[in-house]
Amino acid sequence: MSTQQPEQPESQEAPKDPEMRGAESPVDEKEKEGGDIDQTTADKSELEGESVLIKVFRYDPEVADKQEPRFDDFHVPFERGMTVLDAVMYARDTYDSSLTFRHSCRQAVCGSDAFFVNGKQRLGCKTQLADLEHPVRIEPLPHQEVVKDLVVDMDHFYDQMHTVEPYLQQDDLPEGELEEQRQSRENREKVKMSTRCIWCGACMSSCNIAAGDNEYLGPAAINKAYRFAMDDREDEDVKEHRLRILEQEHGVWRCQTQFSCTEVCPKDIPLTEHIQELKREAVKKNLKFW
Amino acid sequence: MYEHDVIVVGAGGAGLRAAVAADEAGADVALVSKLHPVRSHTGAAEGGINAALREGDDWELHAYDTMKGSDYLGDAPAVETLAQDAPKDTITLEHWGMPFSREEDGRVSQRPFGGLSFPRTTYAGAETGHHLLHVMYEQVVKRGIQVYDEWYVMDLATTDEDDPNDRECHGVVAYDVQSGAIEGFKANDGVVLATGGPGQAFDHTTNAVSCTGDGHAMAYRAGAPLEDMEFIQFHPTSLPSTGVLISEGVRGEGGILYNNDGERFMFEHGYANNSGELASRDVVARAELTEVNEGRGVEDEYVHLDMRHLGEERILDRLENILHLAEDFEGVDGLVEPMPVKPGQHYAMGGIEVDENGQTCINGLYAAGECACVSVHGGNRLGGNALPELIVFGKRAGRHAAGEDLGEPQIRTGYGDDVEDETETELPVHPGMAGLDTADGVAADGGERTDGGVTTDADGLLEQKVERTREHVDYLMEKDDGVQHAEIRQKLQNAMTDYVNVFRTEEGVKKALRLIRECREEYQDVYVDDPSKTFNTDLQQTIETRNLIDVAETIALGALVRNEFRGAHWRQENQIRDDENWLKHTLISWNDGAPSIFYRPVILEGQDKTYEPKVRSY
Repeated sequence: MSTQQPEQPESQEAPKDPEMRGAESPVDEKEKEGGDIDQTTADKSELEGESVLIKVFRYDPEVADKQEPRFDDFHVPFERGMTVLDAVMYARDTYDSSLTFRHSCRQAVCGSDAFFVNGKQRLGCKTQLADLEHPVRIEPLPHQEVVKDLVVDMDHFYDQMHTVEPYLQQDDLPEGELEEQRQSRENREKVKMSTRCIWCGACMSSCNIAAGDNEYLGPAAINKAYRFAMDDREDEDVKEHRLRILEQEHGVWRCQTQFSCTEVCPKDIPLTEHIQELKREAVKKNLKFW
Repeated sequence: MYEHDVIVVGAGGAGLRAAVAADEAGADVALVSKLHPVRSHTGAAEGGINAALREGDDWELHAYDTMKGSDYLGDAPAVETLAQDAPKDTITLEHWGMPFSREEDGRVSQRPFGGLSFPRTTYAGAETGHHLLHVMYEQVVKRGIQVYDEWYVMDLATTDEDDPNDRECHGVVAYDVQSGAIEGFKANDGVVLATGGPGQAFDHTTNAVSCTGDGHAMAYRAGAPLEDMEFIQFHPTSLPSTGVLISEGVRGEGGILYNNDGERFMFEHGYANNSGELASRDVVARAELTEVNEGRGVEDEYVHLDMRHLGEERILDRLENILHLAEDFEGVDGLVEPMPVKPGQHYAMGGIEVDENGQTCINGLYAAGECACVSVHGGNRLGGNALPELIVFGKRAGRHAAGEDLGEPQIRTGYGDDVEDETETELPVHPGMAGLDTADGVAADGGERTDGGVTTDADGLLEQKVERTREHVDYLMEKDDGVQHAEIRQKLQNAMTDYVNVFRTEEGVKKALRLIRECREEYQDVYVDDPSKTFNTDLQQTIETRNLIDVAETIALGALVRNEFRGAHWRQENQIRDDENWLKHTLISWNDGAPSIFYRPVILEGQDKTYEPKVRSY
């Protein structure tokens, strides 16, 4: 094993039921008010050359001493520009190669490293360590089953995304394989934000309604539907079909406009607004109000 | 055991396109990928898709620019196929709903890119790859194509005839990351490798952590040669701290490069008097490093890329993603200050040798996308040519694997009488065995040779391969002391970054080869510390590291034997392109447990004309 380890990971107890973690995590008062949630206590420049303490959630159903969820402490030497992902990668590569998390692109586009950092859903790669209060607490996304350490089961999320028929449906294409459909700049602008979703799951994890109602389509899937419903290339009858999916019992009307999805979205997609707009569309079409 | 007609390994742009094409051709298709498809690295592509769509442009101009950009190391039949198929394959994406940026009249926008004689790069903001990936995954969902996500393919089930040209690929062996199960996937018609690039062989790269050259290494060990591996593209504009990519679109829209003295060095120091910042990538990357090396870099490390003068409206319309990247990863506001940039490893022009139908020399084994070398990019890839490669050759590989007749290819593959096999270069180390098997009589893939010769029965072969993979994994898991992969990987990455980078010397590359050899030896003692069967990324990365060693070695070997200066391959000792001796591809194949090097002439003869090598000036 490595000899550079300054300190063995210290274990602390975590809530035993992994699914309860999110619910039990203390919420910062400032966050509730929607204010600046992460004022650092220390001057950022003071971190240079210092080590930062990260507390990382650990759980593994296969390994005897990890079957009880716990937090491990790692001291990570700080470098300018270091992100939460850099910190857990450092901890893994230097201290404990069994520390498990998803990650790939390191540039906020693959969506695999959404974690619950200091009580908020964030992308690890996009979150600067210097912008957080220390010690930094890193947990898997709440309300999702934990597979191991920071890895959660995404199957339900993917299933919900597939429910809304996530592909463009148009009856007639222009004739000729080189003839494009036309889309106005305005219409592209209208759907632009919705197309930026990277399927990270942060919004679903932050949504109280989704947590309580497993069948609720959830903000990501509704946003995916918005992306097509608002695209002029689809015909009216397809739009109607889409709205029927969306206005079902566990569809758009479940949203209680708490804005948590919008607040955590790493791609700044106005999710709540999109859901409200679809509610209005459903009303216009005289569809059922649940 | 799972069974399908076509197994596509990797679900980025090329893999998804291959799967859709095979599905359209009537095959039962499965995608097997170590990531969920939407996590694939295609999503990080920013710039755009080159396609000759507009009046004033045509496929012949696109082909010409690509041949010139390739420094005459592209094969004309491949380049012409790319240029001919790109327009209709791009419009297919549009028909599938891709949210391209639009012109006033509603048609898709096009913009200028480096090395192009016409603004032919179609794009969707500065996040073209993200949209391409998602729109293609949408098609996979629509068609109900079976996806095995988070299954890591570890080996190919290939027969063991002496001559790779006689071998047959019957499927793959994969590892279920979530459960640890190792299973065989039988392919009745064909296996398409679409595993992306090997960027993780370098320390400073724009590539995802998952870009570990798995397909390269598996095909190589099965006997398919790797082609032109020395040609690694270094993108001129990556962020210094992370390697995150800043799209060439910034320069396409008019972004300017400055040195520390505030000079627009591309012009003022004469690197590219006509095209300036829009010279091709190799030219700009060398110019930047020359500025830094001659003391005109900012903080002795990077240069500045300035887009402020483009104005907020244009930046937000076309490059908004760049503002976020500069802010999130470098703390710089691109609207009010210039962005720091330096060259970073970006793309492998070389890869698994395939013909224009995507087929390798092994029957039933195909490759497409960055892991393949058709070859369209030759010595240097033009910006905006990677995404059309994915859709054009992904589609062709999928169709052909599904049994469609695409006609006789003009590009030949494998070892045959058209190749030349003397290498005069002396290697600094004996390129011997790879992996854990040290016994004599190893099979081409480095494993134990089947007693009594060749297994041809597909089921028997798969079972045998699954068994061997399980034994290998058990060995790694049970060994409780040794070296960890992270240590070896870091050493490998440093060796490549130090010695096989933008500037190369013979002595440096030899040093790299010696260090790679050390990594290979240390790897004999590698072990997996995590005892868990659940989501064991320690195990996965240990296997990936072995793949990186194999791929890094081929890059360095290619860089050593090609003692000329061409495209992205710069050699200090010889800074002249040597057309007399080097209008040929480097091929490295793994036979009987050691790499062997041979060469095949470049095909400069196109459909109607022959591309005459000319001095490449911009």
